[in-house]
Amino acid sequence: MGHLAISDLTQVFCKDDGSELVALDHVSLEVKDKEFVCILGPSGCGKTTLLRLIAGLDISRNGSIVLDGEEMRGPSPKIGFVFQEYSLFPWRTVVDNTAFGLEMKGMSREERYRIAERYLDLVNLSAFKTSYPSELSGGMRQRVAVARALALDPVLLLMDEPFGALDAQTRNMLQTELLDIWEKTQKTIIFITHSVDEAVYLSDRIIVLSPRPGTVCKTVSIDLPRPRDRTSVAFADLRRAILDLISKNCAVQ
Amino acid sequence: MITANGKKNYRWLGICALVLALVIWEIAAVFIVANSFILPSPPDVITAFIGLVEKGRLFIDFEVSMLHFVIGLGAALLVGIPIGIMMGWSRKFDAFLDPVVEFLRPIPPLAWIPFAIIWFGLTAYSAGFVIFVGAVFPIIINTYSGFRNVPKIYVEAGRMLGCTKSPSLIRHVAFPAALPSIAAGIRIATGVGWMCLVAAELFGVSNNGLGMGLWFYYDLHQMDCVVVYMLLLGLIGLLIDMGFRYSMDRYFLRWQVREVA
Repeated sequence: MGHLAISDLTQVFCKDDGSELVALDHVSLEVKDKEFVCILGPSGCGKTTLLRLIAGLDISRNGSIVLDGEEMRGPSPKIGFVFQEYSLFPWRTVVDNTAFGLEMKGMSREERYRIAERYLDLVNLSAFKTSYPSELSGGMRQRVAVARALALDPVLLLMDEPFGALDAQTRNMLQTELLDIWEKTQKTIIFITHSVDEAVYLSDRIIVLSPRPGTVCKTVSIDLPRPRDRTSVAFADLRRAILDLISKNCAVQ
Repeated sequence: MITANGKKNYRWLGICALVLALVIWEIAAVFIVANSFILPSPPDVITAFIGLVEKGRLFIDFEVSMLHFVIGLGAALLVGIPIGIMMGWSRKFDAFLDPVVEFLRPIPPLAWIPFAIIWFGLTAYSAGFVIFVGAVFPIIINTYSGFRNVPKIYVEAGRMLGCTKSPSLIRHVAFPAALPSIAAGIRIATGVGWMCLVAAELFGVSNNGLGMGLWFYYDLHQMDCVVVYMLLLGLIGLLIDMGFRYSMDRYFLRWQVREVA
């Protein structure tokens, strides 16, 4: 299961000068089990704030986040997180990074390596299990980060612009790989991006956020069959429609 | 000379400089100063060294000094690392302890000698205490800054992976991330502690020790023996530093070594 319901989520930050910044304003949304949802919006629209609240890294006093009927308070093993920046532990090898969460659960070395290697297989990095993160390329590091998040078998995977720092070719390759992983593992995925192309390529549904204060501006279902062709007319039409939507309805006021 | 990784090896330049220094020393001692009391020549020193080895005194001095050093540095590690960790991890603890640390830190270790004697008597522990005072602050400061500079994202990644309590976050995330800085602090501390050794032994906690031996032969005006002790102090200090660096790089900081390579 991986059903997420967010209702009336509001997050206000106090700035140093005493004024208040409303980052999220009464955001309500629902993500179905096994759904791939992209949250799309410009920088500063509260995308990351929203994701951090779902993850439990930050806590909001207003609104509720319910995962499979359970109110979320703080980080949970049911939720995996892939960060935008490189977050692998540089002092651990690839396999020890992947097995970190299992080690925290107190699993024996043998067992956790067995599981970690299975997930490294899934991201096609078995050959690099004894390497250190510094020896990997950016794309490989993010693939390890995905394997590390999946190793704990969460029901919900949160991804905060995970491919944002990668070059276009690597990015496209990882997007395809991610869809493959999603189909194999049957996770619910919430993926943050500011790239319309990425959102249309990946998601079942796109939630467009408007900036400052962040609110849900529009939800768009993407019904194109997978694998999707980025150069097809239908794909281009959808991209245009969403870009129009953003500039007309969801832009900075 | 070209080494395996394609970089030119300039080690021979260093060897040249050492040989040159020896030659200059010999020339200065024999032809310019010409007084082995004011400047003993290299052959004088070698003769003195052989004499000291034959007497067996050097080994006892070495053992006693190492005992002082191990007591001082060991105590500095046991006290400094936990304090540094707590100050680096908790803002409250930092605010609480920082004024005390900053106030005590500028007091030169040698200024503690009177209290070292009063508290510990003329024992190995009082010499160890002076070395401890010299070594503990670099360890505290570097552990502290290592913990302060742990990237927030590692802590958050740890929390998302089920490492949620402070003790386990410190042990599994912050400590390994801060280890390069802690190691650098220990290295500085070994250096400072070693320098405190001669002074710490001066006040006569025992009749032996490399620092004590140095003063003993100074009182006898056997300057060639004094030079033997000086060179030994330098050489042992160098070996301790090299050994420490090697073992850290080899066993604990392999990931960092590769990052540089």
